[in-house]
Amino acid sequence: MNIPGDLLYTKDHEWIRVDGKNAVVGITEFAQKELGDIVFVDVDTEGESLAAEETFGTIEAVKTVSEMFMPVSGTVDEVNAALADAPETVNKDPYGEGWIIKITITDDSAMQHLLTAEAYKAIIEG
Amino acid sequence: MKKTALNKVHFATGGKMVPFAGFEMPVQFEGVNAEHETVRLKLGVFDVSHMGEIWVEGPHAFDLVQHLTTNDVAALFDGKIQYSCFPNGKGGIVDDLLVYRYNTEKYLLVVNASNIDKDWNWVNDNNSFGAKLTNASDVTSQLAVQGPLALEAMQKLTSTKITDMEYYTFKVIEFAGIKDILFSTTGYTGAGGCEIYFKNEDAEKIYQAVLEAGAEFGIKPIGLAARDTLRLEMGFCLYGNDIDDTTSPIEAGLGWITKFVDGNDFVDRDKMEKIRSNGPTKMLKAFEISDKGVPRHDYEICDASGNTIGKVTSGTMSPMLKKGIGMGYVTSEYGKLGSEIYINIREKLVPAKIVKLPFYKG
Repeated sequence: MNIPGDLLYTKDHEWIRVDGKNAVVGITEFAQKELGDIVFVDVDTEGESLAAEETFGTIEAVKTVSEMFMPVSGTVDEVNAALADAPETVNKDPYGEGWIIKITITDDSAMQHLLTAEAYKAIIEG
Repeated sequence: MKKTALNKVHFATGGKMVPFAGFEMPVQFEGVNAEHETVRLKLGVFDVSHMGEIWVEGPHAFDLVQHLTTNDVAALFDGKIQYSCFPNGKGGIVDDLLVYRYNTEKYLLVVNASNIDKDWNWVNDNNSFGAKLTNASDVTSQLAVQGPLALEAMQKLTSTKITDMEYYTFKVIEFAGIKDILFSTTGYTGAGGCEIYFKNEDAEKIYQAVLEAGAEFGIKPIGLAARDTLRLEMGFCLYGNDIDDTTSPIEAGLGWITKFVDGNDFVDRDKMEKIRSNGPTKMLKAFEISDKGVPRHDYEICDASGNTIGKVTSGTMSPMLKKGIGMGYVTSEYGKLGSEIYINIREKLVPAKIVKLPFYKG
């Protein structure tokens, strides 16, 4: 299972790549495998300010619908437009081309609750 | 939880196993979209051993089957199959099924796994005709080999000519070296192909033979998730979703298997004739999402103002069309081809249009 060491994770299987106040958010390799073929990524929160753990969008596989949650509080600056026509990119490259949103972190107090790669690995291997 | 004779094989070949209709069944192997496409373009093999098999035999076999099913059993000939349903005495549906005619004193009824007990009780409770009944569900295995290359590939396993068999016919043949195998040109995918019935003890041998014969054509094992997306792309009803104890076959668009002909005095005929002559108040209709979105079972169907006018009974993202497709019951004013309806997806009204079936035309 690919769990890059330079990212932080949530127990809900989002990852976040933090670069100062900016960050990119996606779902993990484990999450995309569990979901199976992803057929629709529905994010309509662009421009909105959301609190940590608030829903920022929905990801749909053939048989399931899952919500995606903000790892930290922030403003949704950009949604990965390429996923509209190629949602399967999330399956193929969840940490790269399959990123979901870019955000500006407005309050990093939730950062301390995020999981390291090691801690996340422990959770999914439960 | 029941297991089919191929349970271990599915685990060994990477099947993701889930509970379904009381059985542990493979929901997917490599991935539902890839499996779906394999069946549409080449061929795939499904373990459908969970399906039920009820034999009806004896001098009164015809009378019982004619009474219990909406289709006209008299229209069958030896070796011919028809799709049908059991009305439930209240105008609803006990189950949908296939009726195989061996001869006028021997029929095979193939029913849904989730309804085997209910069907068996129903058939017995209505057997005032005195037909001989056998529930062979637990001893019978079934494979569906589906796709445009299925018959050509399966021809390698038998000396009986099968590639020219008409749709919905069957033969009892020697197959993969085993005698008395029921081979029918049926299936619920709209992709063509066959279904093969045999004893549980022959399951592994036949499954391996099918995979080997199909290898050069690109055969792959297919899970139940793709079976569902394949049937929905054709607009075929799924019992428990699109039809159930409360829906009439007339409302479900199954008028074509409800035959009001002389000599077909089936259960609820009067109720169904009344619905047909008065015009059904609601109809199962097919729709396509106009832009983005995936309709799903139980989502509300709404008018432009957001008033609920029905419910989605089946919905998915079509793997071939890459569009949200679905079915649901709506009143006749919204059921016309091209009518604009809306699906309530997470409290958003997503526009959709009533379309003709099948969704996927090949």
